[in-house]
Amino acid sequence: MKRRDFLKSASALAASTALTAPAVFSPAKAQSRAETLLIVSEGGPNNIDIHGVGTNVPGYEVAWNCYSRLISHEMKKLPNGSEYYDKDKFKPELAEDMKIGDMSATFKLRKDAKFHDGTAITAKDVKWSLDRAVTVGGFPTFQMRAGSLEKPEQFVVVDDHTVRVDFLRKDKMTIPDLAVVVPVVMHSELIKKNATEKDPWGLEYTKQNIAGGGPYNVEKWTPGTEVIFARNEDYKLGPLPKTKRIVWRIVPSAGNRRALLERGDADISYDLPNKDFVELKESGKLSIVSTPFSNGVQYLGMNVSKPPFDNLKVRQAVAYAVPYQKIIDAVLYGLAGKVYGAPANKQTEVAWPQAHKYNTDIAKAKKLMEEAGYKDGFETTLSFDLNFAGVNEPCCVLIQESLALIGIKTTINKVPGANWRTELNKKVMPLYVNVFSGWLDYPEYFFRWCYHGSNSIFNTMNYQSKPMDAFIDGARDAAAINDQASYDKNVKGFVDIAFADIPRIPLFQPYSNVAMQKNVTGYQYWFHRRLDYRNLAKG
Amino acid sequence: MLLRMSRRLGITLFSIAAVIVITFALTRVLPGDTAAYFAGPAATEDAIQEVRVKLGLDRPKYEQFIRYVQDLARGDFGQSLTTGQPVIRDITARLPASAELTLVGLILSILIAIPLGVLAAVKEGSMIDHVSRVIATAGVSLPVFFTGLLLAYFFYFILGWAPAPLGRLDIIYSAPRHVTGFYLIDSLIARDMDVFWAAAKQLILPAATLAIFSLAPITRMTRASMLAVLSSDFVRTAKASGLSTRKVIITYAFRNALLPVITTLGMVFSFLLGANVLVEKVFAWPGIGSYAVEALIASDFAPVQGFVLVMAVLYVLLNLMIDLLYGVIDPRVRMAA
Repeated sequence: MKRRDFLKSASALAASTALTAPAVFSPAKAQSRAETLLIVSEGGPNNIDIHGVGTNVPGYEVAWNCYSRLISHEMKKLPNGSEYYDKDKFKPELAEDMKIGDMSATFKLRKDAKFHDGTAITAKDVKWSLDRAVTVGGFPTFQMRAGSLEKPEQFVVVDDHTVRVDFLRKDKMTIPDLAVVVPVVMHSELIKKNATEKDPWGLEYTKQNIAGGGPYNVEKWTPGTEVIFARNEDYKLGPLPKTKRIVWRIVPSAGNRRALLERGDADISYDLPNKDFVELKESGKLSIVSTPFSNGVQYLGMNVSKPPFDNLKVRQAVAYAVPYQKIIDAVLYGLAGKVYGAPANKQTEVAWPQAHKYNTDIAKAKKLMEEAGYKDGFETTLSFDLNFAGVNEPCCVLIQESLALIGIKTTINKVPGANWRTELNKKVMPLYVNVFSGWLDYPEYFFRWCYHGSNSIFNTMNYQSKPMDAFIDGARDAAAINDQASYDKNVKGFVDIAFADIPRIPLFQPYSNVAMQKNVTGYQYWFHRRLDYRNLAKG
Repeated sequence: MLLRMSRRLGITLFSIAAVIVITFALTRVLPGDTAAYFAGPAATEDAIQEVRVKLGLDRPKYEQFIRYVQDLARGDFGQSLTTGQPVIRDITARLPASAELTLVGLILSILIAIPLGVLAAVKEGSMIDHVSRVIATAGVSLPVFFTGLLLAYFFYFILGWAPAPLGRLDIIYSAPRHVTGFYLIDSLIARDMDVFWAAAKQLILPAATLAIFSLAPITRMTRASMLAVLSSDFVRTAKASGLSTRKVIITYAFRNALLPVITTLGMVFSFLLGANVLVEKVFAWPGIGSYAVEALIASDFAPVQGFVLVMAVLYVLLNLMIDLLYGVIDPRVRMAA
């Protein structure tokens, strides 16, 4: 090439790139930014099907927003003005009408409901999806079972637009369990087309693809990096979602998530350290909503099947040694509910969580240790889950300090997240800090998981008590037949035993904290504690 | 030469086989139960067992190993449980992100470190020598996540010069069509200057963080090897013959000093590629280091094995390339072979 030709072509290239390169802040881009909501969080989904094997909690958020269910919950306003789901009021979603009979519930489906690809949603899709939830095993099947939804025969197609759910037994949890994240309605034909002989429920397909008719659809998912959602423009099951596009970026560094919020680049973040939330709240630049976990408690558990914690006096001594207020102030920066130190004359309520009557009282704790025959104390280990080290670690250090005052020498044992569940399952850790919160907000639901002799993984204390079991079963049975008096008596009964026997010491009720820009509206608290995108809008 | 190459290849194949066995064994020895982790928060013993069977973890170890090797032979690295994708797809998507970042960081570092090292050696004991020593020491003694956070704090949060630390591209842009996986190159191929500049801007801070960290070994190595060469006979002869200082330093001394520097570069590059996890975490960079660490935390075997294997192969290739480069730079190496 001659030099002159080269110069010519080079300048032509320069001119053409100049033409194709618009200004960085082109109006079109600014427009798309205004219609896009940017969410930043620490982790992202590993599977976008709630029925999948090992779908993680961020995956629930995708399933919640991209699929619809037969029914959902109404919203109510809390005294502080924030929106909170109403656990007692159901509203139709895919079903336009619900009739609850004695041993079955009948749902009439909306006739205009469509999947994202335009196919009408019919009764056979509903049955297929519910069959799937109770058959695939693992978490979804387990969750369905919590509402006595166990067999495919329970789901009956009456006609194209009517589905009947037969009850196995009377269970108050059945209807609420149809409004949780799991019982989604899926596009059965589409999934069947992509299913294989080895994978009849098409789990491999739905792991990567949405086959539903929810308010949003996944436009692009780059695992570990981002999920981009586009609004379902043809959404008929409720008002059209307010925001056109939602971008959910994974930003692992908490410091940068805060910086992004403060600079106004990100719109919402919900897993910042408590300290950051408090500082952001004080700065007043952002709106911060803190809501107590429904049906959730962080606790100090003790293995009651082995000495020394098989001794009630030792457990009570520990309960009197825990520095409750210090934990709330220094670890949670006040963002936690108090569940200790109720006045001695307080009547037990029909509610959970509620405050117990233990207080930090080292003298009393020492005396109890003496009575228990542990005047010189003992040594033990205090374990926690490293995945939540931000709260767990300082919390354990404070407990360690306090227990040292009554002669209990503890070594702190940090368990990696991957290992935590295995350790819990073995039920051998003597002393540990953990959290549990139930989707269904009923005391007997919490107690069935955490205190019942059927010994689920969350009965981490290995606690066995016949009277406790009788009260929990009694409450469940009373709820099923709407016997309020008996229900109240049973709930009070099991709460009393839990506090008297104190196999686990409630420390505080954690808060779910969300930080967002001032112009973002429509945040709602849901039992699953993930974001519902429908009402989120940028003003 | 050919004989030597084939012998070398034989050794590398052996080491790769060893890597496969060792990573398999190591990941199985790790504490933590994959099945319990993935069975979810409300799982019972039964549910965990169901997951275990589904993942094939109930089979004996040797059977799992045979299946693993068979899959590898078919180019199947297994499935990642944390991202839900085939491992090979994850790695091909993430390796370019790490490689692009590391390369840009390394180039930046070379541009500063080599002249600095040469100057420090030529003017040994002068002000510039001390400055280079201070810079190198400071760079290597600051942990990368700290430098990263500090840079992000000043240039993004306080000054607002740098773009938001949101990974490879701001959310208003979409990634250029995949050709090489390097956004800088792909955006040029797509003739999209907008995306090119956006990607370049995102690169500045993380690349600078890496560069600061890798300054030390390169500067020190350049300086040491230059000093050795400068005091050798042929340089004295060249000086005595009246050649210009420039000619002596650049043509004769520097070229001879390059060999150890290249070796160091190779080491630094492969080290950075795997070890820039912290930078990736700070800048939300979807790279391979953070991928492996996340998998490790979740007891997710397949990605860890895939990562180690890919890294081993990369190391081998890199060393091969450096060997070849030796020959280009120093004819004596070729002759000796």
